[in-house]
Amino acid sequence: MAGSTPASLTADAPAETSAARKARRFSPWQEAWRRFRRHKMALVSAFALLVIVFAVLAGPFIWPVPINEIDFTAKLQGPSVSHPMGTDDLGQDLLARLIYGGRISLAVGVAAMVVAIFVGVLIGAIAGMASGAVDAALMWVTDLFLSLPQLPLLLLVIYLFREPVKGVLGIEGGAFVLIVAVIGGTRWMPAARLVRAQFLSIREKEFVEAARALGASRLRLVLMHILPNAMGPVIVVATIDIAAAIIAESTLSFLGLGFPSDVPTWGSVLRDAKDYLDIAPHWALFPGALIFITVLAINFIGDGLRDALDPRRVL
Amino acid sequence: MIPSLLGISVVLFALLALAPGDPFDELATNPAVPPEVRAALRAKFGLDDPIWMRYWHWLAALLQGDWGFSFVSRMDVSTLIMQRLPVTLIVIGASQFLAIAIALPVGVLAATRPYSLFDQIANTVAFIGFSLPTFFTGLVLILIFSIQLDWLPFVYRADINATGWAFYWEHIKQSIMPVTVLGLFQGAALVRFVRSSVLDVIRLDYVTTARSKGIGERKVITRHVVRTALIPVVTLVALQMPIVFSGAIVTEQIFRVPGIGSLLITSMLSNDTPVVMGVTFVSACLVVIFNLIADILYGWLDPRIAYR
Repeated sequence: MAGSTPASLTADAPAETSAARKARRFSPWQEAWRRFRRHKMALVSAFALLVIVFAVLAGPFIWPVPINEIDFTAKLQGPSVSHPMGTDDLGQDLLARLIYGGRISLAVGVAAMVVAIFVGVLIGAIAGMASGAVDAALMWVTDLFLSLPQLPLLLLVIYLFREPVKGVLGIEGGAFVLIVAVIGGTRWMPAARLVRAQFLSIREKEFVEAARALGASRLRLVLMHILPNAMGPVIVVATIDIAAAIIAESTLSFLGLGFPSDVPTWGSVLRDAKDYLDIAPHWALFPGALIFITVLAINFIGDGLRDALDPRRVL
Repeated sequence: MIPSLLGISVVLFALLALAPGDPFDELATNPAVPPEVRAALRAKFGLDDPIWMRYWHWLAALLQGDWGFSFVSRMDVSTLIMQRLPVTLIVIGASQFLAIAIALPVGVLAATRPYSLFDQIANTVAFIGFSLPTFFTGLVLILIFSIQLDWLPFVYRADINATGWAFYWEHIKQSIMPVTVLGLFQGAALVRFVRSSVLDVIRLDYVTTARSKGIGERKVITRHVVRTALIPVVTLVALQMPIVFSGAIVTEQIFRVPGIGSLLITSMLSNDTPVVMGVTFVSACLVVIFNLIADILYGWLDPRIAYR
């Protein structure tokens, strides 16, 4: 990855006048879009993801059924007109619960990605610019975190801090903040290594040297010249991080250590469903399929972005 | 290896020390226990010592094998973990074996015919494979093979009262689904690594030389290309261990396999802190050991690498 990173994305923008920048900036993104379109699965996935996001955001207005309306006469029913995705053991409408759960799952995914990428870029940038002892120490910490088993650590932190955080932020808010912080805090390492590697090669490039010769400060060098050129691969990692965070959240909820049972996320609905697999398979299949489709779509989009944002690739 | 183990122990201890909650909270609300007794107890167990001293005591106890006592199971944590560890290692080992057995031929075949129909299908299937969360695959397998077809048991039993071949057959039967779930997930990720690694090697000059000497294509691939291409794959198999452990926890929970993963979850749900710390530390140690093995293997397999 490092070593030969020619101008990409907004690479040629900074040194130009604003008018020229506007005209030029148009084309790299258009070029990226042209490359992205070639990846058919990515295109299909982007559409599928848009549908899911729209359904989750607009769902409660189109399907205004309360998520906790208990109706024992209609329990464990399969899909029907009044309950398109069936009902659970308390007769609660699954479609409404899955729409609500989708909001939480997607929000956790995006928020955890933001945390992970922010920490990763910060540590990677510091290590890449500082070199020497600071670099070595930061990379040692990164390697240490990489060799920690992620899920046991996630579970441990949630186990130890669940009660106090719940006391401060409430049940749902506490679980959200804790889960986002923990998933983000255990997933920043790939981004950090990537950013460092990018920095090591880009900071030696001629255009950075030119900017330095013009008297640009260190901070300006990083923010205006090096970071924009390092962003391509970071965007790809960020996309895939969303998928990984959604899986992590569902796993935690599935194991009973994520969101509490009365908050329906895709993972916690699946956990409640697993004991009724023989009499109500639809209950488990819908949330599972939703997690799978969302994660698969995001992974395909990441793959498409990898093609689109890698300027060395000729398509 | 020692520094990273120490680092892991510092991280774990820091979490434990930062976590709110005092083991003597209960005594504080108990009117029968006077404050002086509580203070004496705190002093005896070293809770008022400076943090570095508490860490030192904790580490020393850990190294001496004194991992505490499980209040739920009424036995030493180390005995409990040692009882559960073999099952986990067998399941993980078998699934890694399955993953490699699938990923190697598929990856090599896909790389020798890049962008062919087979390559595209293999790529797409691999993509789907590692996008499927293990808990969902597990449930679907149970639905198909235990409930619909009734071929395999979906609860792992440690107390099988059969002898001889029947005993082993029952064990294999109940291990099939957990091993398949983990193995397919790992295999899907490995296929892509194997493919790109073989693609990197297959263009090298020495492969062309081998072909121009008149060696058959089959032999060129198996003897010349694959041997070199597998070096990075070996490291990746070891570096994937943290992910394998995560998968093992989930699959053990679904199929109720009595390994350390399900031990971790049950002790968390029953607030059995000594067991939780012990299991977390053991899994961290195993991961570090696998990394070390990968490093050593890497240097041994690839003479171009030198550790100085």
